[in-house]
Amino acid sequence: MSETIWLIPLIPLLSSVTLMLFGSRLKVSQIGILGVASVGIAALLTLLLAVEFMQNQQVIQLSLWTWMEVAGFAPGISFYFDGLTLVMMSVITGVGFLIHLFSTEFMEKDPSYARYFAYLNMFVAAMLVLVMADNLLLLYLGWEGVGVCSYLLVGFWYQHNANGHAARKAFIVTRIGDTAMALGLLLLFTQLGTLDIQTMVGEANRTWQVGATIPTIACLLLVCGAVGKSAQLPLHTWLPDAMAGPTPVSALIHAATMVTAGVYLIARTHGLFLLAPTAMTAVAIIGITTSLMAAFTALMQTDIKRILAYSTISQIGYMFLALGVGAWSAGIFHLMTHAFFKALLFLGSGAIIHCLHHEHNIFKMGGLRTRMPVTFWSFMIGSAALAALPMTSGFFSKDQILLQAYQLPDIGPGLWMAGLLGALLTAIYSFRLVFVVFFGKANTEPDKDTGWRMAVPLSVLCLLAMIGGWFMIPVSEVFPASDGSHPAHWVEYVSISVPIVGVLIAYLIFYSGRLNIDGLVSSTLGRRLGQFWLSGWGIDWFYDRLFVKPYYGLANVLKSEPIDAIYGLIVAINQTFNHWLSVAQSGRMRWYLASMVAGLILVITVAANLSVGVL
Amino acid sequence: MDGLNIPLNHILLVSSLLFSIGMLGLMIRRNIIFILMSLEVMLNAAALAFVAAGAHWGQPDGQIVFMLILTVAAAEVAVGLGLVLQVQKRFKTLDMDHANRMQG
Repeated sequence: MSETIWLIPLIPLLSSVTLMLFGSRLKVSQIGILGVASVGIAALLTLLLAVEFMQNQQVIQLSLWTWMEVAGFAPGISFYFDGLTLVMMSVITGVGFLIHLFSTEFMEKDPSYARYFAYLNMFVAAMLVLVMADNLLLLYLGWEGVGVCSYLLVGFWYQHNANGHAARKAFIVTRIGDTAMALGLLLLFTQLGTLDIQTMVGEANRTWQVGATIPTIACLLLVCGAVGKSAQLPLHTWLPDAMAGPTPVSALIHAATMVTAGVYLIARTHGLFLLAPTAMTAVAIIGITTSLMAAFTALMQTDIKRILAYSTISQIGYMFLALGVGAWSAGIFHLMTHAFFKALLFLGSGAIIHCLHHEHNIFKMGGLRTRMPVTFWSFMIGSAALAALPMTSGFFSKDQILLQAYQLPDIGPGLWMAGLLGALLTAIYSFRLVFVVFFGKANTEPDKDTGWRMAVPLSVLCLLAMIGGWFMIPVSEVFPASDGSHPAHWVEYVSISVPIVGVLIAYLIFYSGRLNIDGLVSSTLGRRLGQFWLSGWGIDWFYDRLFVKPYYGLANVLKSEPIDAIYGLIVAINQTFNHWLSVAQSGRMRWYLASMVAGLILVITVAANLSVGVL
Repeated sequence: MDGLNIPLNHILLVSSLLFSIGMLGLMIRRNIIFILMSLEVMLNAAALAFVAAGAHWGQPDGQIVFMLILTVAAAEVAVGLGLVLQVQKRFKTLDMDHANRMQG
């Protein structure tokens, strides 16, 4: 098995290429089978690999060929496989398979069915390359590959202008981070002479002191890349707009896998980050700030997918917090559980949107509890896990993060408090969603319930979201062990009770109506604040004024080619002279003659006058 | 050398008078045959000046150039009359102001 891990990314890639080339000639059923089966086989192979890894705990390094060799720089197409890779691969292929299956029903009526699966398979292949790469350059290849697939899938329904706009925004904003990351790679290579991750980390530990300048700069540049990809402040604005894509895409790319690539990158290069405490603190602060900002924003949204998008940003903020405080395995654990419950929520919202004639506004839904029972239970379980209610998967991972954050000296308790506030908000907005959509009176009637291809992935993900917390992720060999100390018991009790309080608040406001907030909301301050949160803290507005508008202005100025105007002037002068002179060329011989004579007389007169002085 | 002794200046005056008449004819005449005739007058004016100058300095060069001009004039008339025929054929007129376009 260890010799054939290259098959795992290859199979989805081959399927993608086949669909691109022959998609138009295949029947709908064939396309579906090909698209789903390729990821299914990859998932099966990953499972076999996992079983083998559980037995022998063997790290696999597989070098296929040398990509290029220039002046001592020889990155290979080579894979590195350890516990962290295994977790990521399982999430990508496992959740990916379920989402592919879900898509076959969701996209059934779409005319571009083959194109959809071609992109989705290519995404899985690129993401697998990203997590399996043993050097940063190959990782970067996968990183850009998933970026392209994200762009293609966000703009999948390109007939609408807004979707194309969202796709371009997603691509360009992440590209800002990617450029910084590329600079980081260049810096690391020039300093250490290799991009091979394991060698590089070892070399870095020999060369640099903890807290030295160069590793700090390099790590901060890598963080910029991670921030762009994982939609953290200040580059998070693309993710809510990316919801323009089909909902299963949002589940796979913009919730479960691609947006967590930044978390994976930092976890993978944690050996470098341990040398740069400043960068780690920056990661923690970015994480917690983003988490709170997004949680407040999610409170006010009315579009079901935007709520989930902001909650994704918020949850990735928790993962960043975990990485920043050195709780590596807790961060990866939360990545995994988040993939389960957020994919579940997104697929659930996809089912609602599918059955409710593409309705996105939660206040136009309502009363769906009895009409769509499978979806209702998916949402209940997913929201419980998202809110980190006890015994759900989200509880175990988020609890670990908060407790480890508390133990950090100096800023630890502050981070913990902020994290608790975030958890409270998470519970409120996720159960606001549940109460508004599934309880109360019905505003829109669903025209159908979900078919089995939607129900099966939802049920499996429900199960995973419930029991995911008991999984033991095999990363103890990868990350340095924590000291194992625990904070006081009251800290733990508070952490557990806060989400329950949040659910209770949501219940009182949005279900029983016993807590009336109408007065608060309609007051001037409340309205302003609500508007502010609804607009995502005005960040989009701010970027629009600061970057987009001036850029458009500049483009408009340059459209008339001001530099070329100089050359245009030369042309214009020549043309004017040409115009004047061409009048003289009348073709009348006598006129020519007369002007010749006149010219001759002039020349002779001048010459004679001049020669008077000379002679 | 005895005989009629006309001062050089006088001859040159006649020559330039002839030249001016020719040039004026060239400019104001529209008929191509008259234009050719004016051209002949101008050539002969130049030839006269050459002969006069040669006689004045006692050099044979003036007369040699005169022979040259005579030949050139003959050739020119041959070509010119050919052109006149063509112009008449194409434009059905000998008025040069009507023949002011290329390609006929």
